[in-house]
Amino acid sequence: MSEPELTEDVIAAHGFSPDEWQEVLNILGRTPNFTEMGIFSAMWNEHCSYKSSKKWLRTLPTEGPQVICGPGENAGVVDIGDGQAVIFKMESHNHPSYIEPYQGAATGVGGILRDVFTMGARPIAAMNALSFGEPDHPKTRQLVNGVVAGVGGYGNCFGVPTVGGEVRFDPAYNGNCLVNAFAAGLADADKIFYSAASGVGMPVVYLGAKTGRDGVGGATMASAEFDDTIEEKRPTVQVGDPFTEKRLMEATLELMATGAVISIQDMGAAGLTCSAVEMGDKGGLGVRLDLENVPQREENMTAYEMMLSESQERMLMVLKPELEAEARAVFEKWDLDFAIVGETLPEDRFLIMHNGQVKADLPLSKLSSTAPEYDRPWVETPNAEPLGEITGVNPIDGLKALISSPNYAGKQWVYEQYDQQVMGDTAVTPGTGGGVIRVHGTEKSLAFTSDVTPRYVKANPVEGGKQAVAEAYRNLTAVGATPLATTDNMNFGNPEKPEIMGQFVGAIKGIGEAVSALDMPIVSGNVSLYNETDGQAILPTPTIGAVGLIPTPDAMISDSIRDGHVLLVVGKTDGHLGQSALLAEVYVRAEGDAPAVDLAAEKRNGDFIRANNGMIRACTDLSDGGLALAAFELAEAAGCGITLDMDDTPTLFGEDQARYLVACNFDQAEDLMLCAGRDGVPIAMVGRVGGDQVTFGSHSADLTELSELYRTSFEQAVA
Amino acid sequence: MKAAVLVFPGSNCDRDMAVALKAAGADVEMVWHKDADLPSGLDLVAVPGGFSFGDYLRCGAIAAQSPICKALVDHVNRGGYALGVCNGFQVLTETRLLPGVLMRNAKLKFVCKTIGLQVETSNSAFTEAFNAGDTVGFPVAHHDGNYTVDDDTLSTLQDQDRIAFTYTENPNGSVSDIAGVLSENRRVLGMMPHPERAVDQGHGGTDGQALFRGLLSQFADA
Repeated sequence: MSEPELTEDVIAAHGFSPDEWQEVLNILGRTPNFTEMGIFSAMWNEHCSYKSSKKWLRTLPTEGPQVICGPGENAGVVDIGDGQAVIFKMESHNHPSYIEPYQGAATGVGGILRDVFTMGARPIAAMNALSFGEPDHPKTRQLVNGVVAGVGGYGNCFGVPTVGGEVRFDPAYNGNCLVNAFAAGLADADKIFYSAASGVGMPVVYLGAKTGRDGVGGATMASAEFDDTIEEKRPTVQVGDPFTEKRLMEATLELMATGAVISIQDMGAAGLTCSAVEMGDKGGLGVRLDLENVPQREENMTAYEMMLSESQERMLMVLKPELEAEARAVFEKWDLDFAIVGETLPEDRFLIMHNGQVKADLPLSKLSSTAPEYDRPWVETPNAEPLGEITGVNPIDGLKALISSPNYAGKQWVYEQYDQQVMGDTAVTPGTGGGVIRVHGTEKSLAFTSDVTPRYVKANPVEGGKQAVAEAYRNLTAVGATPLATTDNMNFGNPEKPEIMGQFVGAIKGIGEAVSALDMPIVSGNVSLYNETDGQAILPTPTIGAVGLIPTPDAMISDSIRDGHVLLVVGKTDGHLGQSALLAEVYVRAEGDAPAVDLAAEKRNGDFIRANNGMIRACTDLSDGGLALAAFELAEAAGCGITLDMDDTPTLFGEDQARYLVACNFDQAEDLMLCAGRDGVPIAMVGRVGGDQVTFGSHSADLTELSELYRTSFEQAVA
Repeated sequence: MKAAVLVFPGSNCDRDMAVALKAAGADVEMVWHKDADLPSGLDLVAVPGGFSFGDYLRCGAIAAQSPICKALVDHVNRGGYALGVCNGFQVLTETRLLPGVLMRNAKLKFVCKTIGLQVETSNSAFTEAFNAGDTVGFPVAHHDGNYTVDDDTLSTLQDQDRIAFTYTENPNGSVSDIAGVLSENRRVLGMMPHPERAVDQGHGGTDGQALFRGLLSQFADA
């Protein structure tokens, strides 16, 4: 079949700028053919090359004694003691999910699970952070229903418990929803598998599902803004098959146990191209592929299509040739394809053959290591105007406004569509704060959370970046965990606009400072840029996924509040209302600066909670909605009334950082306050548990009535 | 008690079922779907939850054609015990070891939450450690748990006291709130809720322990 001519239009449609195209010509010293151009385009797009973000990502702290492997592999690897490791990452599937919500979200979950088990880890927990447009926007309901069903459809079938996440709504996401999927897995620390190939003449093996034409050009699509041609992009979205993924996981883990794997890489964005190039590049080797041997489910596929297909549930592996029979037997047991499709080469060469014809012959290292990198111009985000006068609100009215908004209403409708308990180790299910999964067969548990407050990041990228990390730190702390490490999923608009690039640079700075101060280094991550439609960017949304360790069941804080408990706030309350949830939902104003984050206070207060976990019956962090919403959520979860002594708006709804609401028995409250005094930790008794009312000072409402509102508002608004 | 847990491609509660059976004191062997024979001397076959063969056809329909399911049917026909949970219940209806069919949930959505069950009979090895009328909390997690039978069969199930559990709040549209049913000889139980997810204070509560305790006591002298 003859290949299309490389006209200017074809080149531009593959995402090359004129400079980048000239660079391709310089590297090759000739004009590439169509397949070669496709390979360059797949490797050099924003999604795969991180060309706009690399310079800044490099500044993030990624090391620590707990880190076994930081960014650069499929996922980060962190030591959890006893020779075990947790392996995790968060990744976006924003563009595909907007075009085709069910499959986009499903394959986002599939991709992140594959990243984890590619490294030899069995997935034990999943989370997802979702951002949608305003509830009344005509597209929102369809997106919410499709995305939630897709996340559940994939994860439930695969058999991984979903233990946390976020769902938010803002008009800024009307044209671009965000679907950030997190997965964590467990492995022995000395049995981690990496992607670097080694050895010349070693067989390159294709594993898993067959290759079709789905997803051709997906990574390039995900590196561009949307406009009114969006419907035409539907064929670039892949279709997920969680049943095949489950078998691929089981087969891969069995295969690894045979000792046959030299290196392995899942086929994600840019499929066969990206996985082969990464394995070769990291091992300093070349790769030859013979495409006629690639298992195919469609007829007459061209080299271009096979190299750019993003068909799901596939892996590429470099095999120890003497163990081929054992390896093949594992894949036959699971009825999956196992095909030798090439071999490693001694020279720097990416040679693609199809039926005896050379379809591409490229210098392999030039596709990856020397992909373009930009220092995009950026401007610092101007300081936010201070917040003007705010007239106080009846605190019950304020609470009702929050819990009747889908942003702060109960999310049962969402997480009841996810299997939260498969694998039998879920100690804390989703609802508020972090989820907890026991490390099977040990005393240990792992806590998981996903956080960001995009309003804050927009007003003040540096403080907003810090706050996302600090909130994750607090959510882990509130279940008794010591935070270990972090994954960042950076969702931003068009980086070619200096103000967007400024948001990105600021957020990275804040995240870097916070993970350093709180000792939770970045071990993996993902960048999604160009989240814009017709020039309208999303709110800057650097989602932080974090993992913490709970050494023993005793250290876990997971009780509900009970009659007779005393409520205390740990941390200092100033009543910061700028960019607060109350301001957004009641006053419909996005004004003022984000709350400042004092990282030393965060560390001190977090250490205090952990050190005194024996006295604390229940704990939650204070964030969106402040003390009022946190206290209500504790009351709602326990079905138990609460009384807070104050009724002023800043104290109840302010969003000062480094704070927790804790409940303890009456006789331990005094001890806790003494300890706080000794450690220099601000603490205040704010109320008590009991009765069937929610009371703020002189204002009260029935808990039952508020619960009804809290539990039905989400479904009414968007389901 | 000697138990086997069947493993189909797509099973994902197989380990959980084995953990619960072992915790109750059973010897457990995992058996692959391509095997034609069950281990000898077996007391119980457990068919676990999950998405066998992806549930892309009717749930459990392809698993029911596996070689191991012929052995399962023989085991039951010889008077052996079998427990099917969630996808396992679907497999038991597809093999015709239990009457009825599990349709898509009435609200057409997957549902995962801990839910109240009423024990309807204590007259079976599975339920003898409960009292009829007890209310217990078991997690459910399924997309196709809407139990459906014709009126005649429903009457038979009621007349023969074969409804093991009913929902206190029906999550899926099942006829007469049925959550679990027994075979005519009372040795086969199929249920949508997950007793194996409720055997541990640190995970899902302990209401499911009685089911396994009752089973074990049946074979204590064997």
